[in-house]
Amino acid sequence: MKAILFVAVALTAAPVAAQELPGRNLAATCAICHGTEGRVTTKDSRLIPLAGLPRDHIATQMRAFRDGKRPATVMHQIAKGYTDPQIDAMAAWFAAQKR
Amino acid sequence: MKRRDFLKYAGATTAAGSLAGLASCATTPSKARVVVIGGGFGGATAAKYIRLWDPSIDVVLVERESAFTSCPISNLVLAGYSNMQEIGHSYDALRRHGVQVVSDEASAIDPAKKTVRLARGGDITYERLIVSPGIDFNFGEVQGYEAAMNSGRVLHAWKAGAQTIELRRQLEQMRDGGVYVLAIPLAPYRCPPGPYERASMVAAYFKQAKPRSKVLVLDANPDVTSKGGLFKAAWKDLYPGILEYRGNAKAIGVDTANMTVKLEVEDVKGDVLNIVPPHRAGNIAMQAGLITTNNRWCDVDWRTMESKKVPGIYVLGDATLSAPGMPKSASMANGHAKIAAAAIIGALSGRGADPEPKIINTCYSFVSQKEAIRVSSVHQWNAGQSTLLAVKGSGGVSAARSEAEGTYAWNWARTMWADALA
Repeated sequence: MKAILFVAVALTAAPVAAQELPGRNLAATCAICHGTEGRVTTKDSRLIPLAGLPRDHIATQMRAFRDGKRPATVMHQIAKGYTDPQIDAMAAWFAAQKR
Repeated sequence: MKRRDFLKYAGATTAAGSLAGLASCATTPSKARVVVIGGGFGGATAAKYIRLWDPSIDVVLVERESAFTSCPISNLVLAGYSNMQEIGHSYDALRRHGVQVVSDEASAIDPAKKTVRLARGGDITYERLIVSPGIDFNFGEVQGYEAAMNSGRVLHAWKAGAQTIELRRQLEQMRDGGVYVLAIPLAPYRCPPGPYERASMVAAYFKQAKPRSKVLVLDANPDVTSKGGLFKAAWKDLYPGILEYRGNAKAIGVDTANMTVKLEVEDVKGDVLNIVPPHRAGNIAMQAGLITTNNRWCDVDWRTMESKKVPGIYVLGDATLSAPGMPKSASMANGHAKIAAAAIIGALSGRGADPEPKIINTCYSFVSQKEAIRVSSVHQWNAGQSTLLAVKGSGGVSAARSEAEGTYAWNWARTMWADALA
């Protein structure tokens, strides 16, 4: 099924490569706190902009939140909602964005 | 003003395709038009993200208000901790994303012809339609409500705007020693923790400015519906003798001559009556035949947000028949918007929808001027039950109320406004 979708995308010359879509869609829901495309533009925000951070750093921190190794006010509860492949997809997508 | 009028009338056309000339930001030939009804957290976010993810699509946003007013943070306006300017936002930045903002009200939808009729005249054609109408009220469930509201004596202030300003004025004018009554409808209603935040904000204002006054919460629900432990701890610590909470206290009528709220077993007197009536999906959803359940809500396919009743129309936000455990919140409307944006782009390009969408809810509530509490959850597609469900083991609430959570609450509100409108 996925293979068929990928072929279809290649044929329609979509603006976004198919393999980036799950990462893009997963990352989009982080925007309510971390800003559109991971760029925090609002004043006085303590939130960390995720755009352009190294992929391994994002993935490592998400797992640390999930496993209770990094203290947090909210991220430990949110990170538990994501699988390893989902974390990796989001991390790759954010890492590829301009700061 | 002139520019707005131009856009307004340019948006209203009777011939298909005549909006194309306005889509000046599209660098490739237009392939489709998406019309969005309603510029709240759902509609505005969807309009922006469709343009962000596929600039070849024309997006027209139909919104009857000239500017956006945020319900989140509006309870702080009641306490004097924020103001209307702070919670108000222009739609101009959406225009910079290439969204055509039409200042008009959608008065009818014709799903067969794929047109939206504008109240001031003219039809707009669409390939896909997003309906994000928010809520309207079932006033009839509270006897005497509509007349009481029209007389200005009773307010809901459950859509931020003119009633927010008026409720603040009533609170300021109330005598010290008066009683503010807040009546909460049975769930589901918009923003589960919102009423309890409001009670906290009014209590904080009274404590500071009118210490002999009382807040009386009449909740139709048996108990606090969201962040209950955290709200009750705050009330016990911060507002003893000021805030009284009563569960299973459903407002069924109002009498402005005697300033009383009628409950099933007694009448309760107050100086300021803030009665929030039961809700349903916004009027345009009813007009368009999108309501599926209890004459109130619109059921959708949660992989796409497409209506289960009318193909090609996507319903977002508070108007939806909520998935299990999903609150009617700004944060969820933001998530709905992104599911719909991805699904519509996928459908128009032949790619299909995301097979397993996943969205986050995060909602902060203030309990004092500086301290806030939070609830979060992660919702993902469950093929077995064909709906979005909270991921087991994820989500939760703040460990305790704190000023740090208050800072994050402001960060969250500003960022969510920016994600929708900037």
